[in-house]
Amino acid sequence: MDFKRVALFSGHYGSGKTNIAVNYALYLRSFGKEVTVADLDMVNPYFRTKDSSDVLEKEGIRIISSQFANTNLDIPALPAEAYAVVQDKSRSAVIDVGGDDAGAVALGRYVPYILEENDYDMFFVINKFRPLTGTAQETVQVLREIEYAAKLPFTAIINNSNLGHLTTAEDVLESQKYAEEVAELTGLDVRYTTVKEDLAPSLTGKIENLFKLKLHVYQTWSTV
Amino acid sequence: MSEKVLMKGNEAIAEAAIMAGCRHYFGYPITPQTEIAAYMAKRMPKIDGVFLQAESEIAAINMVIGVAATGKRVMTSSSSPGISLKSEGLSYLAGCDLPALVVNVQRGGPGLGGIQPSQSDYWQATKASGHGDFRRIVLAPASVQEMVSLTFKGFDLADKYRMTSMLLADGTIGQMMEPVSLDMGEVTQYDKSWALTGTGRQRKPNIVNSLFLKPEELEQTNFERYDRYAQIEKNEVMYEEYMMDDAEYCVVAFGIASRVSKNVINEARKKGIKVGLIRPITLWPFPKDALLKAADKCKAFVSVELSMGQMIDDIELSIRCKKPVLLCNRVGGMIPTPQDVMNAVEEAVKIGG
Repeated sequence: MDFKRVALFSGHYGSGKTNIAVNYALYLRSFGKEVTVADLDMVNPYFRTKDSSDVLEKEGIRIISSQFANTNLDIPALPAEAYAVVQDKSRSAVIDVGGDDAGAVALGRYVPYILEENDYDMFFVINKFRPLTGTAQETVQVLREIEYAAKLPFTAIINNSNLGHLTTAEDVLESQKYAEEVAELTGLDVRYTTVKEDLAPSLTGKIENLFKLKLHVYQTWSTV
Repeated sequence: MSEKVLMKGNEAIAEAAIMAGCRHYFGYPITPQTEIAAYMAKRMPKIDGVFLQAESEIAAINMVIGVAATGKRVMTSSSSPGISLKSEGLSYLAGCDLPALVVNVQRGGPGLGGIQPSQSDYWQATKASGHGDFRRIVLAPASVQEMVSLTFKGFDLADKYRMTSMLLADGTIGQMMEPVSLDMGEVTQYDKSWALTGTGRQRKPNIVNSLFLKPEELEQTNFERYDRYAQIEKNEVMYEEYMMDDAEYCVVAFGIASRVSKNVINEARKKGIKVGLIRPITLWPFPKDALLKAADKCKAFVSVELSMGQMIDDIELSIRCKKPVLLCNRVGGMIPTPQDVMNAVEEAVKIGG
């Protein structure tokens, strides 16, 4: 497989970037790559990359996140070591960007390095079942806002359309039309369509470039 | 085509409020509820509504008083320290008999505390949210779907009884994402002939005020208000019972604590422990009768809370201390683990016999 050295995951707030970034890092690792995950999310206080640090570190994946992540402090500070993902070219980098244009602002200081190296994928994560990105037009509006804030153009789309634990194979199939509309409006390709592991068998062969997702965070509360 | 959308709890509150007819939102950002303001900022301009980020929580609650006096549905939201700042305004809302919805997505305290989830504003919400004699309807959602349904309910009850409702959520329910249906049906219209809408020189002016010059009048207003509160205690109690039919032990929990408890109850049942759950949905009015009834057949109670033990007082009062009540709690932003709750249930079995 031919992967770009740097993979950035950005998109609408709550579109599923963090979970995809964690799964993508593990995927890269399965090809024997040395991987660093950087959590640059400054807008989301709960449910962060750091929640998955056990599973990542067990696989030998390095994780860089704010020293304040998952603490009681609400400080939008990024660690100095985050520069490692753009400066240490010996390792693959997976960058989890905060949601919307507000979250993408954090990319600014790294973008000159990323553009200079020019070996990156900037993935736009989309979910048609999220409010405010229910139509292709609304979704493209979010994309433009993020690109403006990030100063980095997207290179591909990841269709992560899902309804949490209620997602059906039909929901995923139905979302393809939406993803294709976004692709057409932006000129980007749909690189992956994500799907929960348990739905993968019923979609194999029906969707190209299916990317299986596993939830690595154990939830202690009941499902409603 | 699925009817559902995937929403964060905070977004669900905002969208549900809009669907309930709220076109005025005043707030000030604070984690973990800022998504409500962010969502309102995006949506309100598109529907000719008002989103205003006030200069402070105190300003926001006073703007709420102003809009509420005109009879329009209005909302503010904050998290624990911000609610403390609003407490003067909350008392004025009560004194003026004004309907409004106030949202508290609780975080750890006291003081600045932290941004992680908590339920330690239970006392503040149900007993001491401002000066003077007054009550407030307090609704405790345990899922993103209930963020929707109880936001609707909160507006309805506020209008019906001319008083403030509070949605008392915790940070976890505010931040978690779950699939929800936003179909809540038609919005009920209530009589608002008391509202300040301009007389057009056709009628006597309405007055919305909390100052009474004669103590007799102030006393009478308080008496009348408490008659209304008695109606609410009689008619509006909401709770959920889970596996209570044959329960010998009763867990009492609301919000995120009830969701952890449900998983534990399922596990305890596998071990042969007959335990059930009473989940208060209205924290005021509190489901006193349901608990008192449970005290006849249950040997012991466990109160699971993200506080140092606040609701436990109401449980003991409700069951008139007939049975032991154990506290299972974590604080400071921590959530009781399934093991914490299981240990408490097993302790209840030991004590209850």
